[in-house]
Amino acid sequence: MAKNKIKETSSKKQEMVLMQGNEAIALGALAAGVDFFAGYPITPSTEIAEILSEELPKKGGKFIQMEDEIASISAIIGASLAGAKAMTATSGPGFSLMQEGIGFAKMAEVPCVVVNVMRGGPSTGLPTSPSQSDIMQARWGNHGDTPAIVLYPNSVLESYELTIRAFNLAEKYRTCVVLLSDEVLGHMREAVVLPDLEKVKIINRIKPTIPPEWYKHYKNNPKYISPLASYGEGYRFHVTGLAHDERGFPTNRADEIETLMERLKNKILHHIDDLVQIESYMMEDATRAIFAAGISSRAAKEAVNILRKAGRRVGMLRPLTIWPFPDDAVRKYLFDMKTIIVAELNQGQLSRELKRVMGGVWNYSKQKKRKIVELQKNNGEIITPEEIVNLFREVR
Amino acid sequence: MAQIPQKVIHKYLRHEKKFPHVWCPGCSNGIVLGTVIRAIEDLKYERDNIAMVSGIGCSSRMPVYVDFNTLHSLHGRAIAYATGIKMYKPHMKVMVITGDGDSTAIGGNHFIHAARRNIDITVIVINNYIYGMTGGQFSPTTPTGDKATTSPYGNIDSTFDICKLAIGAGATFVARTTAYHAIEAKKYIEKAFEHKGFSVVDIISACPVIYGRLNKKGTPAQMMIDMRDNSLPIAQYEKLSEEEKKFKYPRGIFVQENKPEYTEKYAELVKMFQKPEEQGK
Repeated sequence: MAKNKIKETSSKKQEMVLMQGNEAIALGALAAGVDFFAGYPITPSTEIAEILSEELPKKGGKFIQMEDEIASISAIIGASLAGAKAMTATSGPGFSLMQEGIGFAKMAEVPCVVVNVMRGGPSTGLPTSPSQSDIMQARWGNHGDTPAIVLYPNSVLESYELTIRAFNLAEKYRTCVVLLSDEVLGHMREAVVLPDLEKVKIINRIKPTIPPEWYKHYKNNPKYISPLASYGEGYRFHVTGLAHDERGFPTNRADEIETLMERLKNKILHHIDDLVQIESYMMEDATRAIFAAGISSRAAKEAVNILRKAGRRVGMLRPLTIWPFPDDAVRKYLFDMKTIIVAELNQGQLSRELKRVMGGVWNYSKQKKRKIVELQKNNGEIITPEEIVNLFREVR
Repeated sequence: MAQIPQKVIHKYLRHEKKFPHVWCPGCSNGIVLGTVIRAIEDLKYERDNIAMVSGIGCSSRMPVYVDFNTLHSLHGRAIAYATGIKMYKPHMKVMVITGDGDSTAIGGNHFIHAARRNIDITVIVINNYIYGMTGGQFSPTTPTGDKATTSPYGNIDSTFDICKLAIGAGATFVARTTAYHAIEAKKYIEKAFEHKGFSVVDIISACPVIYGRLNKKGTPAQMMIDMRDNSLPIAQYEKLSEEEKKFKYPRGIFVQENKPEYTEKYAELVKMFQKPEEQGK
């Protein structure tokens, strides 16, 4: 178990500590105010549960190890409806089992955070090796059609920061937010200085202030998000996974269903500017670029450094928000690139999105073809900077 | 001026909900709903303090009609959702309304593990031997040999005895009754609500429209008479010969015992970390 004694949270200047990615996620969750965790052991995410089983009772928070991943997602949704800031952590196989529950949380608009520390798949696959093959599952895993919010850090410090952000977005948008990580990111250790807790911005869900008899927890409004009461506080409301009206009662009326589905879509798509985060590295004068996320972007950044030393004008673009996909940012930075290498640990999930945004290889504004080169690895190993550099030299 | 009689049940039904309900004529679900409401009225529980959770199925449509904190969750998962609520707010009265398929087929894992933990949740199983909402497929409690839409030649599966399952898994209050014995059912539900720990009430019910029709069980009234005649108090049932037992089933309280409850044990754990001056809170 990861044993890095947790520093007392005070306003004193934070010290530098050596920390694992999974540990950073657990600490980030505690900083965000998690007070309910339900989980089921699975490599390579287990440290998150282990740390929270130790820390939550100290703060009066609740930790429960459930009988499976389906029970875990169910328990966090139940707890969130009772008012908890709730979270679970898993990996590919468990993430697949949670999909029905994730769909429920999106449909019933229950804030919660699901961490998926990605490992090789399909099936049991490679429990102790990294992969980035759940990028599409995080978006399209649950049945039915509704957008998703998915974040993906690339360092230990960012694992901490994006965990807090995942909670903030879940509370703000009343939905299930997925935080992706991968086996290497989860287990590697880096020296980090955690941000001062007093400066960390925490968002809590908006609670109703109107009398219970007027309360409609799915009422449409300009922001598409209604306040959410908690069970046991006088607002005796109904929650269902069925298509529902604005009071949460099942409905078959097309107009009510359409209002609901449009609202679920718009509450994400109309707030893209708030949701999307990207990192552009040396893109100012770049003519060629690498597009990568998570652990692969670490190799990409190093490759940029190597190529820059050799005088090549290369940059990197990295999405921190994988979903909603940063269409506009990708177009802005990458549209005029002569060559784009998409480096990822799967069979082309990010590059598929990139090609969709680019509209193929034809750059109509320059009347030229661009090269989109896919660097994919699916064998349990990570992409190295040298591989990217060599590929650049090959394709130019 | 004529006074409209105000029945107890009206106090607890949702005024803004669009009735009629979804249940077929002759269904036992309404009897159980009435029984649950009368038990809550007699126990004088605060409505704000009650959470009613269900899964998917005919019985699981119940929460939408009642004025509590209600959650209509996923198929089989009601107990896991309820565990989250109870764990986070232990002072709430958490009950699960479920069916035989919901609780012992797709939700079997959650059922046994909640029983093992002895978490203070009351599970009311409306056991009608069939998947009604999907049109009448056989369930884990459909008697062997009986017909369903997926067992047109008779069911070859063995059946679950829900009470024995609950006892084996560690539930600390287990009772069975029938929809015919509504007064007895109310008594058992009250005892289950008052019991500190995981409690199960298995209520044998009638589905005349599908199970009854496919197996020639007669009218809804006839199915009620069968419940009366085929169920026996535990003591009487025990006296029967093995041959006679085949056509009867026992009803009554099988288990009622005090064991440490899960959320209380967790509270003890949390207390270890509290400073002495905080412990009084």
